[in-house]
Amino acid sequence: MYSSMRYKALQSILGGVKMELDSLYQEVILDHYKHPQHKGLSSTFDAQVHHVNTSCGDEITLNINLDGDCITSLSWDGQGCSISQASVSVMSDLLIGKTLNEALIVVNSFSQLMSSKGTSAGDPEILEDAVAFAGVSKFPGRVKCALLGWMAYKDVAIQAQAKN
Amino acid sequence: MSFSASQIRKDFPIFERTVRGGKRLVYLDSGATSQKPISVIDAESDFYKLHNAAVHRGAHQLAEEATDAYEGARQIVADFLGAPGGADEIIFTKSATESLNLLAYAMGNAPIGNRFALKNGDRIVVTEMEHHANLVPWQQLCARTGADLAWFGVTDDGRLDLSNINEVITPNTKVVSLTHQSNVLGTINPLSEITTRAHEVGAIVVLDACQSVPHMAVNVETLGVDFLAFSGHKTLGPTGVGILWGRKDLLDELPPFLYGGSMVQSVDMTGATWAAVPQKFEAGVPNMAQAVGLGVALKYLTQLGMDNVSAHEHALTGYLLEKMSLISDLTVVGPTNNLSRGSAISFTLGNIHPHDVGQYLDSQGVAVRTGHHCAWPLAKRMQVPATTRASLYVYNDESDCDVLIDAIQGASKYFGGR
Repeated sequence: MYSSMRYKALQSILGGVKMELDSLYQEVILDHYKHPQHKGLSSTFDAQVHHVNTSCGDEITLNINLDGDCITSLSWDGQGCSISQASVSVMSDLLIGKTLNEALIVVNSFSQLMSSKGTSAGDPEILEDAVAFAGVSKFPGRVKCALLGWMAYKDVAIQAQAKN
Repeated sequence: MSFSASQIRKDFPIFERTVRGGKRLVYLDSGATSQKPISVIDAESDFYKLHNAAVHRGAHQLAEEATDAYEGARQIVADFLGAPGGADEIIFTKSATESLNLLAYAMGNAPIGNRFALKNGDRIVVTEMEHHANLVPWQQLCARTGADLAWFGVTDDGRLDLSNINEVITPNTKVVSLTHQSNVLGTINPLSEITTRAHEVGAIVVLDACQSVPHMAVNVETLGVDFLAFSGHKTLGPTGVGILWGRKDLLDELPPFLYGGSMVQSVDMTGATWAAVPQKFEAGVPNMAQAVGLGVALKYLTQLGMDNVSAHEHALTGYLLEKMSLISDLTVVGPTNNLSRGSAISFTLGNIHPHDVGQYLDSQGVAVRTGHHCAWPLAKRMQVPATTRASLYVYNDESDCDVLIDAIQGASKYFGGR
């Protein structure tokens, strides 16, 4: 017997598989995947970045427009899995209209949620719909999918600020 | 033929565990790495427990035993590949990636007058279906030497396009490096036309055999290639060990890649001369336990019989392709007929992203690979951002294929029906 006791213990912790899968693929995520928000790049922008997840090939291009400190628009295009595409869609919805400082609080909160390994439900006050990604943090292989758009945002925000 | 995958599975401890809440492990990711039989795990462990010492160095019994085991493994590899020059033609590396880099870097070290020296106007030929490990080292060698890179294209059905072979392999061509079997498409490439043309212009032929050596009888002399690389861990062996085989006369002329201990003949404060092959290419204390483990893995495969292994996989591949053809929104990326085709089957499923397909399959206990499989240019050529890949091996059987098919249909429903 090769550590079967250990695996049984692990499995009992993990619980029902279907439930696990549903905790990953929340309705909000599948909705945003099927009906992405702010997809389609703006013709003008203060900064543009292209980020690629080299391990799976998912990619997004993200445009930002600022009015002073305020994010007046985020628009994007990309291809990838439901998690990566829904995540950038939800993020855009959340961050448009916020100041850069307000946005940073959201981004940091989301990053923390993604590194929580399933121990956090996320702060709905800050993250709103993005708490739907809490289940992703239980799947280490998918965390980078969820973070793709958010990392692109960090990059594009810095570039836009540098330019302005 | 007494080939029984379910019997073989009993030799692999990992199949005693379950995954994802008690699901039977259906391991269809051997193209990435194979599972290991207990004899390999024991051999690696026994080396550390009983014989551990630095090979070719110590003046004691353990060093003798370690050296015997290590050199014994080299002989096993030589026999397995039918190396005409015997064990001296076998170089242990840490991976097939290192084997290919060794070649590319060593060629870059070749002085003018050496047959491996490259210059402006020389050409290196690859194919559009290469794994990054057999593409990027050559791109970089071209960048360092001024040689140009050319490649064979891939047809829509995933075969090599050799229609312009004389324009691709020009008289200036010095290296033709290609995969024996595509890790994405499963295509087994025809070699004789390529080796004939390459040798006609004086080029060497390098074969990336990572996906063929584990799955079919490979004899380097019959294939007519000059160098061949494969990895231990895809061949039932441990990680951390790869093989570079080369024709003895070529290895003699090829300059070293890594310099250091054990690869020298003599050293003084101003310079050094090199040991004979294969030691010339094995600087430093090698991955000994892993080499020994690989020897045991190849013995295990030899006992199964490589012709039996390929016949088993061929039949299973046919079975799976047939079942897949009945799923309407499934598209196989690669040959759909079972001729000159290995057991790696890549596919797309409607508009569902492969990463999501893979996640669902995983929830059903089915382990597959998703993504571009380290062959990004090929994915672009086939116009797919990514695929899901099932790859079969000795321990898989029809019941594994059935679980996969059910899970694929489950994924369709899960992502399509909500």
